[in-house]
Amino acid sequence: MSRLLIKHARVIDPSQRLDEGLDVLVVDGRIARLAERIEERGAEVIDAAGLMATPGFIDVHTHLREPGFEYKETIASGAAAALAGGFTAVCCMPNTQPVNDSAAVTEFIRKRAEEAGAARVYPIGAISKGQAGEELSEMGEMVRAGAVAVSDDGRPVRHAYLMRRALEYSLLFGIPVVDHCEDPTLVAGGVMHEGAVSTRLGLRGIPAAAEEVVVARDVILAGLTGARLHLAHLSTRQSLEWVRRAKSQGLAVSCEVTPHHLALTDTAVLESSYDTNFKMNPPLRSAEHVAALLEGVLDGTVDCLATDHAPHHADEKALEFDLAPFGVVGLETAVPVTYDLFVRQHKLPLTRFVALWSTNPARLFSLPGGTLKVGSVADMTLLDSEARLPVNPDKFLSKSRNTPFAGRRLRGWPVATILGGKVVWRRERR
Amino acid sequence: MSVAPARRLRGKDLVGIDPLTAPEIQLILDTADEMAKIAERPIKKVPALRGKTVVNLFLEPSTRTRFSFEMAEKRLSADSLSFSSSGTSVEKGETLLDTARNLEAMQPDFIVMRHRYAGSPHWLAKLLKSSVINAGDGAHEHPTQALLDAMTIRRRLGRLEGLTVAIVGDLEHSRVVRSNVLLLQRMGATVRVAGPPSLVPAQMEAMGCEVHHRMEDAIAGADVVMMLRIQLERQGKMNFPTVREYYDFFALTPERLRLAKRGCLVMHPGPMNRGVEIDSRVADGPQSVILEQVTNGVAVRMAVLYLLAGGNGEPTAD
Repeated sequence: MSRLLIKHARVIDPSQRLDEGLDVLVVDGRIARLAERIEERGAEVIDAAGLMATPGFIDVHTHLREPGFEYKETIASGAAAALAGGFTAVCCMPNTQPVNDSAAVTEFIRKRAEEAGAARVYPIGAISKGQAGEELSEMGEMVRAGAVAVSDDGRPVRHAYLMRRALEYSLLFGIPVVDHCEDPTLVAGGVMHEGAVSTRLGLRGIPAAAEEVVVARDVILAGLTGARLHLAHLSTRQSLEWVRRAKSQGLAVSCEVTPHHLALTDTAVLESSYDTNFKMNPPLRSAEHVAALLEGVLDGTVDCLATDHAPHHADEKALEFDLAPFGVVGLETAVPVTYDLFVRQHKLPLTRFVALWSTNPARLFSLPGGTLKVGSVADMTLLDSEARLPVNPDKFLSKSRNTPFAGRRLRGWPVATILGGKVVWRRERR
Repeated sequence: MSVAPARRLRGKDLVGIDPLTAPEIQLILDTADEMAKIAERPIKKVPALRGKTVVNLFLEPSTRTRFSFEMAEKRLSADSLSFSSSGTSVEKGETLLDTARNLEAMQPDFIVMRHRYAGSPHWLAKLLKSSVINAGDGAHEHPTQALLDAMTIRRRLGRLEGLTVAIVGDLEHSRVVRSNVLLLQRMGATVRVAGPPSLVPAQMEAMGCEVHHRMEDAIAGADVVMMLRIQLERQGKMNFPTVREYYDFFALTPERLRLAKRGCLVMHPGPMNRGVEIDSRVADGPQSVILEQVTNGVAVRMAVLYLLAGGNGEPTAD
C-alpha cells in the first residue's frame, strides 16, 4: 500500500468548489481523504506550505509529432515536457506521419506513451483518412483503441458534407469532433493576421473571417446533427459570438483558446522584426480580438485553455517569415503565462482558473481526472503562485525551442506534478 | 526644407524607410544631389569606395534596380559581384541564412539584397556584420526607390513638404507604395493612394495616408501622380476582371491627368505596362519624369553606399 500525504496545501478543486487549506492523503494512486489535518504514519510526506494543490492540468491540444517527425518531438519528450509544464495528461493531435487515422497508430501512440511513463497521453484520431478530407476514417476502431476524440487538426475540414457526416457518426460513440476552423481559400497564402500590421509589414494577411466562416458553418452543423462539437484554438471576436449563440441554443458546442492568442497581439511580429517564433496558425490577432478573447474567458464563453503545442526544429524556423512553418511550443509556458494573465492581472478566481485547465477539459473529453474527489485518480499539479522566473528555452524538456515567450518573467509556476499518487516531476531549485 | 540634415546615418544597414529619421532622409537626398554631379563629369568615377566589396544578392528577377546598384558601385570604385538565384546554391535548396553566411565568410562590406519575402533583409541584417541594403523585400519596402522618387520630386519642385502626391494602382502587392508613403509623410508631404478596393491592403489608412477607390479623387489637384505597375504575374483572375477594364478605371490618361495640378509630375517606378496603368501619351509626355527617376536612382544608391561606408556628406572632397 503506497501512501502520499500532501500537507498544508491550498487545495483548489472546482469539481467540489473547494479553495481552502487542507491536507490530502493519497492511497494506492487514488485520493483517499481531504481534511484540515491528517497524520498518517509511514506515508511519504510533501510539505506544500505556500503551494496550491490542484487536480492535474490537462492539455487537450498537443502535437507530439511521433510517428514521423521525431526530430521535432517524440511522445517521450513531449510527455516529459507536459509534466514539466504542470500537465498530467495531454490529448495529441493526429497530424503525424502516418496520420493517426487507424487503430494501429492509436495503439502505437498509447504504447509509446506507456513506455515513456510521463504524462498520460490520449490520442485524438483523424476525422478523415490521411486527413485528406475525403473519406471518414474508422472512428469506432480508433475509439476502441483509446482515441478520445476526432479531428483533422492542422488541416481544416473543407467539405461541409464530410463535417456533417463526421458529426453524425460521432454520436455513436459520444466523442467530441474537434475542428480547426479555417477556410483555406480565404487564407490565400496569408502568414499573419490581416490588418494594419500585416499591411505595414508587407506580409500577406489571414483575415479573421477565414476562421469565422467555418465556425459559423460548424455551429450550424452542430445544430443540424446534435453532435458534440469542440472548436479548437479560437482567435477572433466573431468566433466567440458564434459560440455564445450556440450555447444559448443549448447546442453541445465548446471551445478552447491558447495562451499565446491571449497574451500576445499581432504587433509582436512588427516589434520582433519578423521573428518566426511569432508565426502560428491561427495567427496572433489584433488587440481588439485579444480583448474579446479575454472577455470570453472571463465570462465563461471559453470552456478551456489549450496549448496547441507545436514543436518545430530550430532549422525549420530559421527561414524567411513566409517560408517558416506555423506553430509554437506551449507546454512549458502555458501555465505561468495564463496564471500571470488571469489570476494576477484579471483577478480570475482560482477555482475558475483550475477549471479552465483541468476540470473542464476532463469533462469535455470524458477523461479521468479533473477532480480531487475521494476515490478519483490522484493526478495533481502543485503550483507556486509567488515563483517569479524568466522563460528559459534552454531548459525545456521539449525537443524544440520555438517559443514566443523566451525571456519573459512570469509569476505562478508549477513546481511538481503527481501522477497516480507518485511525484513524477519537481522543479529544480535555483 | 525645414529639416536640417543629419551628420551621418545611425545604422549599419538600410533595410527600409521606416527606421530612418527625417534628418537622415535629408542627408541621403543632399548627398545624392552631390553624387549626381559625378555623372556629369567626363570621368564618371570617384575613389570613395576603393577597396570596398559589394555583393548584389538578387534572389528575385530585377534588371533596373540591379543595374542601377552596379552602376553606383562602379562609379564609387567599389569591387562588386552580382548573383541571382538561377545557377546558385539557392536553387539547390540551401537556406537563405546559409547562403548569406557563406557570402559573409568572404568578408564583403555590403550585401545589397532583393528577395521576394518581406522582412528577409531585416532578418539577415541582425545576423550579419556586413551592411545590408534592401533592394526590395516582397510587398514590404523598397527604400532606394522611394529615395530616388523623393530626389526626383525635390529636384523638379524644389521641396517635398506641403506637396500632395497621389499613388495609384496595385497597392496590395507594392513595396514601392509602402516606402513612398513612409518617406513622403515623414518629409511633410500629403499622400493619397488609390486602387481597386480588391487591391487595397487592410487598414492602409493606418499608415497615415488618404485611401481612395476612385482614381480621380486621388489625383485631383495633386502635385505628383505616381503610377504603380500592375503586377500581372502576381494576379489571379479574382483581384480585378481584365486588363481592359483596369485601363478604363485606373489608367493615367491625358484626360485624367488634367484633373491634377498644372505641371503635375508623372512618375512610374518601372517597368511600365503601357496601355494598362499608363497611357503612352502620358508616359512619353512633357510632364513625365520617368527617365529622370532612373538617372537619379544611380545617384541615390551612390549616396546610400557612401554614407553607410561612413561618409559624411562630402564625397567629392577626396
